Amino acid sequence: MSLLAIILSFSFVMIAIFLSMAFKLGLGRDLIITSIRATIQLLIVGYILKMVFGFNHPLVVVLMLLIMITVAAKNAAKRGKGLPHIFWKIFLTISIVELITQGFLLGLQIVPATPQYVISISGMIIGNSMIIVNLFLNRLKGEVEMRKEEIQLVLSLGGSMKQSIYPILKQSIRSSLIPTIEGQKTIGLVQLPGMMTGQIIAGADPIQAVRFQLLIVFLIMSAASLTAIILGFLVYPVLFNKNQQLDIREWR
Amino acid sequence: MSNPEQKEDKWNQEIPEVEFINVHKTFVNQTENVSVLKGIDGKVEKGTITTIIGPSGSGKSTILSLCNLLQTPDKGEVRIQGKAVQEWDIQELRRRVGIAFQAAPMINGSALENLTLPARLQGKTLEDPNTYMEYVGLTEDLLTREAKELSGGQRQRLSLARTLVNEPSILLLDEVTSALDSISAHEVEELILRINREHRTTILWVTHDLSQAERVGDQTWLVMDGKLIEASPTKVFFSKPNDTRTKEFLDMKREYI
Repeated sequence: MSLLAIILSFSFVMIAIFLSMAFKLGLGRDLIITSIRATIQLLIVGYILKMVFGFNHPLVVVLMLLIMITVAAKNAAKRGKGLPHIFWKIFLTISIVELITQGFLLGLQIVPATPQYVISISGMIIGNSMIIVNLFLNRLKGEVEMRKEEIQLVLSLGGSMKQSIYPILKQSIRSSLIPTIEGQKTIGLVQLPGMMTGQIIAGADPIQAVRFQLLIVFLIMSAASLTAIILGFLVYPVLFNKNQQLDIREWR
Repeated sequence: MSNPEQKEDKWNQEIPEVEFINVHKTFVNQTENVSVLKGIDGKVEKGTITTIIGPSGSGKSTILSLCNLLQTPDKGEVRIQGKAVQEWDIQELRRRVGIAFQAAPMINGSALENLTLPARLQGKTLEDPNTYMEYVGLTEDLLTREAKELSGGQRQRLSLARTLVNEPSILLLDEVTSALDSISAHEVEELILRINREHRTTILWVTHDLSQAERVGDQTWLVMDGKLIEASPTKVFFSKPNDTRTKEFLDMKREYI
């Protein structure tokens, strides 16, 4: 794709800005900022990837992955503001998920161990995990606030912290996974997944592209489940104080 | 309680079932610190019923929640059977000091699942759920019903039965009859008195119903503005209160009736 083509494609944004002005939606500023931001971010990423692929050294790949996980964890940690060590818990969760999935992929030689594969697939897994963390924390907070009495009840009957929070934890894990599962139901029927589209445009055989996409679907479903479950069990103890009382006053 | 045997029992006299020693509790909300209890001192003897009355927001419910460590005192000490609440194994303390709430909250599921919950929490099975149902005056066929769909009176009985599964020696009651119609309220009241009689369960009973407090209490406490204004034998409390504020409170309440 030529640079000129990209500049021309910016006219789509102009249409959106024009519509926003015509209907006084007040989105003009956001549209411009988002476009510029996306442009700069992706250009930088493009050059970084080119560099990383050039080095073709495992340490560089690991460093790149660490940066990706850090950014994802930092973003998702906003949902858990006020919870002790929430950044590290998310960081640990995503790292474990990444290790397990990559371990499988590379260990069973499902994909070749090249930076191209590892980084692109990791990007999808880490990004998806970040969304799951967001959904999970959001839901957990809502559920705990709504079902406080139930938690108190179980505690008051001599239940442990885990026993008192378990039904809520389960519900939150389930809810946070629903969008991922639902999303896979119509996959390919309405829209073709981004990676598959990319491969097809780049000239790959659609059957090959589909096979790859299937791999990603399976990966993302297991990565999502792993994320919600691991984070759930890492996070619930901090919802209680040392006297086994539910205490989420600091969670904003 | 004028039980002659108990008076000779020195051990029981020396160690009260529940003891409050200069207890303070402050709640922190976004804007300010609210001092709910400002130095409570008091004793509750084994097997007695202590009714706790006072204006709403005076700290009555907080007093209860300190007894099973659902809240922690900021200053001072709450002792159960002579041992500070923080020194107990928390789960054991909460089984020994049961609580029943005004709303009689239920977990999702049937009445049976709710009734057996305390046993299941310990990894045990409840052998005789029917006995408990019978004891609190509920019929067996309710066991399969969704607990949240039971009537207020049925829920409160079920809630008491559930608490009894732990065989508590102390029972904390937080306005357990105030959401009920007068007939159910009366029946639940009778049930509690029976529990007290048959199991010698020590009861701390928060109520806003003055006639109930007078009817059921051995001792009555007046809590106002975070302080224990008066703690007297119930008869004395309602006939010849020691504190002028008690008199004023009773007079004011009676005017509304």
